[in-house]
Amino acid sequence: MDLTFTEAEESFRHDIRSWLQQHVPAKSLRSMDTADGFEQHRGWEKELHADRWSVVSWPEKYGGRDCTLIEWLIFEEEYYRCGAPGRVSANGVTLLGPTIFGFGTEEQKDRFLPKMASGEEIWAQGWSEPNAGSDLAGLKTKAVRDGDHFVVNGQKTWCSRGAFADWIFCIFRTDPEAQRHKGLTYFLVPADTPGMERNPVGRLDGEPGFAELFFEDASVHESMILGGEGQGWNVAMATASSERGLNLRSPGRFMAPAERAVELFQRMSEARDERVGGVDPTLRDQIIRNWMNAQAYRWFTFSTASRLMGGGHMGPEASLMKVFWSEMDVEIHATALRLAGAQGELMGDAPDAVDDGTWMDGYQFALSGPIYAGTNEIQRNIIAERVLGLPR
Amino acid sequence: MQFAFTEDQLLFRDTVRDLLANECKPEAVRAAWQNSTGRVPGLWDKLVDMGVAALTAPEAAGGMGMNEVDLVLLQEEAGRAALPEVLIEHTAVALPLLAELGESAWLAKAAAGEVIVGVGVGSPYVLYADQADVLLLVHEDEVHAVPAADVKLTAQRSVDYSRRLFSVAWTPSDATLLAKGPAAQQAVVDACDRGALAAAAQCVGIAQTLIEVTVDYVGQREQFGKVVGSYQAVKHQVANALLATEFARPLAHVAAYAVANSTPHRGRDVSLAKAAASDAVDKAARMALQCHGAIGYTFEYDLHLWMKRGWALAASWGDASFHRDRIGRSLGI
Repeated sequence: MDLTFTEAEESFRHDIRSWLQQHVPAKSLRSMDTADGFEQHRGWEKELHADRWSVVSWPEKYGGRDCTLIEWLIFEEEYYRCGAPGRVSANGVTLLGPTIFGFGTEEQKDRFLPKMASGEEIWAQGWSEPNAGSDLAGLKTKAVRDGDHFVVNGQKTWCSRGAFADWIFCIFRTDPEAQRHKGLTYFLVPADTPGMERNPVGRLDGEPGFAELFFEDASVHESMILGGEGQGWNVAMATASSERGLNLRSPGRFMAPAERAVELFQRMSEARDERVGGVDPTLRDQIIRNWMNAQAYRWFTFSTASRLMGGGHMGPEASLMKVFWSEMDVEIHATALRLAGAQGELMGDAPDAVDDGTWMDGYQFALSGPIYAGTNEIQRNIIAERVLGLPR
Repeated sequence: MQFAFTEDQLLFRDTVRDLLANECKPEAVRAAWQNSTGRVPGLWDKLVDMGVAALTAPEAAGGMGMNEVDLVLLQEEAGRAALPEVLIEHTAVALPLLAELGESAWLAKAAAGEVIVGVGVGSPYVLYADQADVLLLVHEDEVHAVPAADVKLTAQRSVDYSRRLFSVAWTPSDATLLAKGPAAQQAVVDACDRGALAAAAQCVGIAQTLIEVTVDYVGQREQFGKVVGSYQAVKHQVANALLATEFARPLAHVAAYAVANSTPHRGRDVSLAKAAASDAVDKAARMALQCHGAIGYTFEYDLHLWMKRGWALAASWGDASFHRDRIGRSLGI
């Protein structure tokens, strides 16, 4: 056991830290879920990519740096510590990317990965349907073979980034006779596919963070199948493991706000603004608990990364991680809002807003965590059944 | 960064696990609750023979010269088996403390398994003081090694009947003085950290057993025509205890690394581990009792052997609140 970083790891940390200091925009970008904010964020992705920082863990050939998992975790710590913009490309580079590495043909890797890395093509996820959310295997959108194409009919919903994305990775039912997990196929679908319409849907914060997709005799070429016809469930579960486990939500994302909340506690305790009242001293304990949880998640993740680098595999314990980070994220922001007291409800442009209203923004975003990627109720079932072996 | 144990460390853990599976079954722990020592007869000698008891003593003193990273997995095993022993006090705390203070006479005997060293550091009560040959006690900025003959013990009965606790009346003298001043004070802080670390690891082990025996029970018990472990209300309780336990475990390993390597943040790392592990074992104990129902509430059923050890260790060597406060101070709040 050696919990110090190697010289190479420290030098990597130094490099990304200096790059970020020089490049992170001084003024925060518009929400990535607005038309102009989306393009601003795409521009940031291109800037990252120009210096090979957009997909550090990928092979050099696709725009990465062949980094180890540990180095990627260091990248994430530095990235969020300095308050760099959110990653509009996250669905692509952290969910679909690893799935293409696992299941894609060489042609698919060459076609999709470089443009995903550069921000030229931004991806959205099209899995959920009005009647298939946590119960993903109940999805009904059909894709029927017609020569070398498939004809798609049905509806997808809660498609994050779907309003402005260039491509969407979807799961359709290709065998209408097959039940549940069988007869599903994973497709890569261009957003300008004729016969596919998308309607933006306002998220909790009012921005069009979601889209609904309507397919009416939309045609998708068979070369857009990822992992083989009828293999959709297996391919999807590889993506879901990334989504629940260490790929999508690295510890750096939570260490940064947990540390900022410690500073907020110090600031609010010193300020004692009479208009808004003093700080509840019992919040100190919750601030410490949140900071501890971020540390626990950090070390759990380093331990998991070491295991994976030693040849281990990510199993159902990804569900432990998903429940832990999503509930921690809500608590970090909820505690900060309680510290802000009467100022907590103030939005970023209000003169008295605390930290530009980012705690309320973060709180609203965090509240989606226990719901998406399989609700935490489903995750707890998975933990009980597949980690502990309790009967279904 | 390589957050993993070596093959040898895992093998040693497995050996200790096997020994305890044979020698420290729940019925042996239950017998220890009722016997005169509170310990399992003969078991300490086996741990001495295996090199566990003196794992942390320097090789020059006849020990194994190993460190907290080697020990932490064994403490987890001790917790899993609810081992009623001095593996925290004697092995994790006393041997390194004697070594740190440059004491050699008691250290050599302790490393050889000839004497048991009682520890009155970090707690007003000394575990198994009635069976200790010498006690390490603190007076102001001094550390003393006091022979058993020179102390007066008053028994303090624990909810865990195997934990024979005593308050100790004694008089400091030049003859018993080991060290004084800042170095002695720092040695006491380090000793408390080693004790809290070992207790944290045992708490993780206890929580793990509480979860395992509950999974076994709710996987068999039927009500309303179904195995109760198939109900989500039960599953989610068990899952919550597992979450608390599995996120406390790496913190114990990090703390072990920090103490073994005397890192600058070792105190905070130990507090992280102990606060998380204390909460985890409390949560696991409540979950286990609730999921067992009435059978778990009986004295005859074994569940309370782990529950009560968990309560005791969660509160020993600084409880969760104490350690969270210490973390807060280190963060400047």
